[in-house]
Amino acid sequence: MDKTSYENLTRGIFRENPIFVMLLGMCPTLGVTTSANNGLGMGLATLFVLILSNCAISAVKNFIPDKVRIPCYIVIAATFVTVVDLSMAAYLPTLHAKLGIFIPLIVVNCLILGRAEAFASKNSVYQSFLDAIGMGLGFTMALTLLGITREVLGAGSLFGWNFAGEGAETMLLFIMPPGAFLALAGLIMAVNRVRGAAK
Amino acid sequence: MSYIMIFITAIFVNNIVLSQFLGICPFLGVSKKISTSAGMGGAVMFVMVMSTIATYLIYHTLLLPNNLTFMVTVVFILVIAALVQMVEIILKKVSPALYQALGIFLPLITTNCTVLGVAILTIQKDLDLSHAVCFALANALGFTLAIVLFAGLRERLALTNLPEAVKGAPIALITAGLLSMAFMGFAGIGN
Repeated sequence: MDKTSYENLTRGIFRENPIFVMLLGMCPTLGVTTSANNGLGMGLATLFVLILSNCAISAVKNFIPDKVRIPCYIVIAATFVTVVDLSMAAYLPTLHAKLGIFIPLIVVNCLILGRAEAFASKNSVYQSFLDAIGMGLGFTMALTLLGITREVLGAGSLFGWNFAGEGAETMLLFIMPPGAFLALAGLIMAVNRVRGAAK
Repeated sequence: MSYIMIFITAIFVNNIVLSQFLGICPFLGVSKKISTSAGMGGAVMFVMVMSTIATYLIYHTLLLPNNLTFMVTVVFILVIAALVQMVEIILKKVSPALYQALGIFLPLITTNCTVLGVAILTIQKDLDLSHAVCFALANALGFTLAIVLFAGLRERLALTNLPEAVKGAPIALITAGLLSMAFMGFAGIGN
């Protein structure tokens, strides 16, 4: 793999992580991460949509008139979101019910449109594919990490495995809405610290 | 459900931003000054009510009778994008003053998930048209209240001396977390 490809693949995972560094796609990040499983599921659904929409947009970029490009990108993304929505409803009904409204809302996730506009509309299909994998994995990792933090602190369990025992006193705040903001603030501070040390 | 109850639940108990996590991007992005955040709130209110009416009519006259309900996401987002564009053009022609105030926020609203979120929630909750309009208006008011309160807090915070570690995103999130905690005090009203 040459240098540019490697660069495009790894950029999203840490250096330009969509959540910790660029603060894109905050709604699902805060809304569904009450448990590690939900975070992972949401991350993978977004990863899937991002890969397909980045490839499709990059493939048709020369046929789309410049003036109507944003509506075109949105329709392409919405098509793949519908595919994910219906597939999840059929094969993973419990997860689908938990993620709820946030699945159709993947279409307005700034990450999807942001990568379409900033990357896929200017680069080849292969490079856009690598970029989508990197960004999508960075997003999935961040969501899972936030899910793990909130689940461990708030529910005393990890991926559904209850290690604190029945009736243990946990910090319930972390699985309630304010906990989402506070846990993300803590994680961003930790990431900034690591990034500062790496410089 | 009575109209008053819809307002109280949507504004305080289930605030769209602070407890349902829709529209976090504008909430964090356009909240540095009270005046701009109030402008954003006004623009959201305008578009949300219009788009809820439009999507409601399209859903019940076009999608439902033809068994096309799986097209909801694609159709709704297109309608919203077109509507925002149309509102921008009409406003520019009819009321330049209002356009001056709301204009810069309009393009941002297409990707504001509150608008699509409320349109889909209205369908999921199976509300009739008058309740749907009321629901949209209440949620837009809830959004405006949250963003204006948050902007007020941030205006004060900008003047204080913060530790290096929390500058930028972390302090904004912590403030939002505290605001969300305050709104949890309303939980239980209306049940």
